[in-house]
Amino acid sequence: MRRITAGAALMMIAATTAPIGAHATDITGAGATFPFPIYAKWADAYRAKTGIGMNYQSIGSGGGIAQIKAKTIDFGASDMPLKPDELQSAGLVQFPAIVGGVVPIMNLGVVAPGALKLTGPVLADIYLGKIKRWNDKAIASINSGVALPDEPIAVVRRSDGSGTTFIWTDYLSKVSPEWKSKVGASTAVAWPEGVGGKGNEGVAAYVQRIKGAIGYVEYAYAKRNRMTYALVQNRDGQYPRPDASTFQAAAANADWKSAPGFYQILTDQPGRNAWPISGASFILMHKTQEKPQNAVEVLEFFDWAFHDGPRMAEDLDYVPLPDNLIALIEASWKSQIRNADGKAIWQSARD
Amino acid sequence: MQWNGAASGRYRRRLALSRFNLRMSLVTMALGMLFLFWILATLFANGIAAFSPALLTQMTPPPGSAGGLRNAIAGSALIVGTATLVSTPIGILAGIYLAEYGRDGWLARATRFVNDMLLSAPSIILGLFVYTVYVLQVGHFSGWAGSFALALIAIPVVVRTTENTLRLVPGTLREAAVALGAPMWKVIVKVTLKAARDGVITGVLLAVARMAGETAPLLFTALNNQFWSTDMNGPMANLPIVIFQFAMSPFDDWRTLAWAGALLITLAVLALNIVARAVFRQRAMR
Amino acid sequence: MLLTARRQDALFAQVARAFAALVLLLLAAIVIALGFAAWPALLKFGPGFFVSDVWNPVTKDFGALAPIYGTIATSTIALLIGVPVSFGIALYLTEMCPTALKRPLGTAVELLAAIPSIIYGMWGLFVFAPFFADHVEPFLTATFGNLWLIGPLFEGAPTGLGVLTAGIILAVMVIPFVAAVMRDVFEIVPSVLKESAYAVGCTTWEVVRNIVLPYTRIGVVGGIMLGLGRALGETMAVTFVIGNAYRIRASLLEPGNSIASALANEFNEAADPVHRGALVALGLVLFVLTMLVLAASRLLIARLARREGATT
Repeated sequence: MRRITAGAALMMIAATTAPIGAHATDITGAGATFPFPIYAKWADAYRAKTGIGMNYQSIGSGGGIAQIKAKTIDFGASDMPLKPDELQSAGLVQFPAIVGGVVPIMNLGVVAPGALKLTGPVLADIYLGKIKRWNDKAIASINSGVALPDEPIAVVRRSDGSGTTFIWTDYLSKVSPEWKSKVGASTAVAWPEGVGGKGNEGVAAYVQRIKGAIGYVEYAYAKRNRMTYALVQNRDGQYPRPDASTFQAAAANADWKSAPGFYQILTDQPGRNAWPISGASFILMHKTQEKPQNAVEVLEFFDWAFHDGPRMAEDLDYVPLPDNLIALIEASWKSQIRNADGKAIWQSARD
Repeated sequence: MQWNGAASGRYRRRLALSRFNLRMSLVTMALGMLFLFWILATLFANGIAAFSPALLTQMTPPPGSAGGLRNAIAGSALIVGTATLVSTPIGILAGIYLAEYGRDGWLARATRFVNDMLLSAPSIILGLFVYTVYVLQVGHFSGWAGSFALALIAIPVVVRTTENTLRLVPGTLREAAVALGAPMWKVIVKVTLKAARDGVITGVLLAVARMAGETAPLLFTALNNQFWSTDMNGPMANLPIVIFQFAMSPFDDWRTLAWAGALLITLAVLALNIVARAVFRQRAMR
Repeated sequence: MLLTARRQDALFAQVARAFAALVLLLLAAIVIALGFAAWPALLKFGPGFFVSDVWNPVTKDFGALAPIYGTIATSTIALLIGVPVSFGIALYLTEMCPTALKRPLGTAVELLAAIPSIIYGMWGLFVFAPFFADHVEPFLTATFGNLWLIGPLFEGAPTGLGVLTAGIILAVMVIPFVAAVMRDVFEIVPSVLKESAYAVGCTTWEVVRNIVLPYTRIGVVGGIMLGLGRALGETMAVTFVIGNAYRIRASLLEPGNSIASALANEFNEAADPVHRGALVALGLVLFVLTMLVLAASRLLIARLARREGATT
């Protein structure tokens, strides 16, 4: 009996670990959590097409930056772009890969999704703790038709460091000098107010739980959880709805050409239709490639993703890059990424 | 002497206290079972939708596609299995040293103290340690690193429980064996360890249960893998990280898979529990 | 036999000793490696690190007080609830349980340890916290909130998140370890001792209190140490429900932060050496905390042992 149970156990283990055929060389990337679903989807489709596995893991932007610097992965991903001098000193090349938006959500039973309007300074004051109740004059004055309850505002923010927080706090810093001096912008900040939920999921859960709560999440979470979101006034004074077209409007209007390392933060961009709290997620690679074969595979993957992947991105509520930006990016690959002999490794497959 | 026991006030008080405490123990048992069933019910309710043969035959999917957890299951089995194989002998032997040989020597006292400190180390710190001394040195993530980190979590548990139960084996048992002329190591392995067998197995099973569910130490060691791989020298898929990623996503199919994965871990450890106890009980009866 | 009995013994003893030394070396290696990583932060802040409750990743000003408080508070609650419950469970399993049910119920208790810690977090956030907020917290605030000394412990909005919720979930996680170990050591007590006690007229409770517990004292404390270890180091479950606020408030119903959950939250994203160093320093603080608790518990055991005339 003992031998039978032991044998059965061993057979089960063997069955689950039995290889199902050889696999191609995998390339590994890690970093930002924001684009994780779309990178996973692209990787799966790419593998079906070419047999090459692109294994991406979302360990966080900081993790991605640290790992690419340590050369334990083939490319890193970060929601927060590195500044040009940091890129220089680390010998890294940076380019955007996907665009998305951050949306304020709230738990205000009586108010319909998209019915509430907020401005940047008002949001900053809420998160600073200066506006404490929903029927405060500052909110009521821009929402004349809406019946605001006399309830305290419960602020919810992120407990973990994240690119979503970076985009949110960067926007608040741009619209509120007080926020900029008191708190600043980063993937993790010293929040003056509120409870911290872990991950977008945690924030969404906290907001759903606490009456009168306000929080911020990536667009996909707000949409799929059918949460009540607010419209935010953009630089042109309009109140665009948060969706793919308004995020893309923000990306299209940015001045990518003049930014070394594509260092552009898409918050508070000009444009009638631009969503003010948009952001891009970036890829980091080494300038001088010690493993040129892996680097070529990474670039070929992204080239495929830029041209054949947009439909999949839209399905998951992300925003693909506009064509002119893609051309700029691929030009930068040619000019910046070289192997140990100094030769450019990227020859466009489409030339 | 008058036997007035049952009527005596003092005895009645003692009896009442005893009855009360025993009833409270029943209450605590019920409380424990309540929480267990509450959590299991949540697991079942949320995960059963994804419980199909596809779970075991298909790989982790991207959002919007159907899939399973095959690569994660295999990876976890390999990583936890390796870690168990490494940590169990180390833990048991160290526990034997502490209980049988060292007792109060300086090495034993220091090790005991240090072991208890390791017990409460946050698992993420142990993962970070393995990352610094191993992953950074070899330049890539690997299943071996993940096993190493998990073993660091398991060893203190096994050492503690082994030492505990060995020390409680009555000295008379040992003395009888020695009196029969057995060498010390035989006394320990064939007599003392056998008497403490249940406690030692509990320790190993608790350690395995803990390892099976730990996410943090694997983040920077085994990383995770979207695809199938049995190469322990590269990033390896594992259930806890997959559960973490999928559960924190906004996609329903991913979330259901996450709960199903959690249910799977719980059932697997339960099965291991039953099998292990059955195997070792039989051996004693021969 | 190539090896005489004596050589077999010597070999076995050496091997066992080597593995024990290995454990010692491992911890030394861990502390050293962590010390290096934490050095930038410790150098910058000095001893003030441990008494400051500011945590600002932007200005790079870090202080460990809030997470330390949260860790101590949640672990204390976890043990205060978990140890008596575990003791009750162990008592039930050894004294009252019908023999046929012993193994299944025992396995059921150990099953609690098999549930991944992340599930505890998710269950805590999505199932337990709402229940706690709607049914228990208002009751606590109403009953205890106005009492003299412990009132401030129970003030605050019933969100279901906070130090108390985290402590209770930790208690549930701690129970399988403590209960399983206690049950095992209770069973090892020689029946001769118990029977003699019954023979002179002890009630069941008195046998447990005066015979079983003292005999298994070391094992019981060992089990509690296991539980404490789990409570102090638990990362995922706490972070989901504790609210993650770097504040120290009197009320248990308010959000707080713990060392392990601060690590879990911020480590992935912390690219800056000072930020990373501060987080690792928090981890080292946890080691120190454990050391203090261990030393205290050893004193306690020694004192108990001396009272009973034993030589530990």
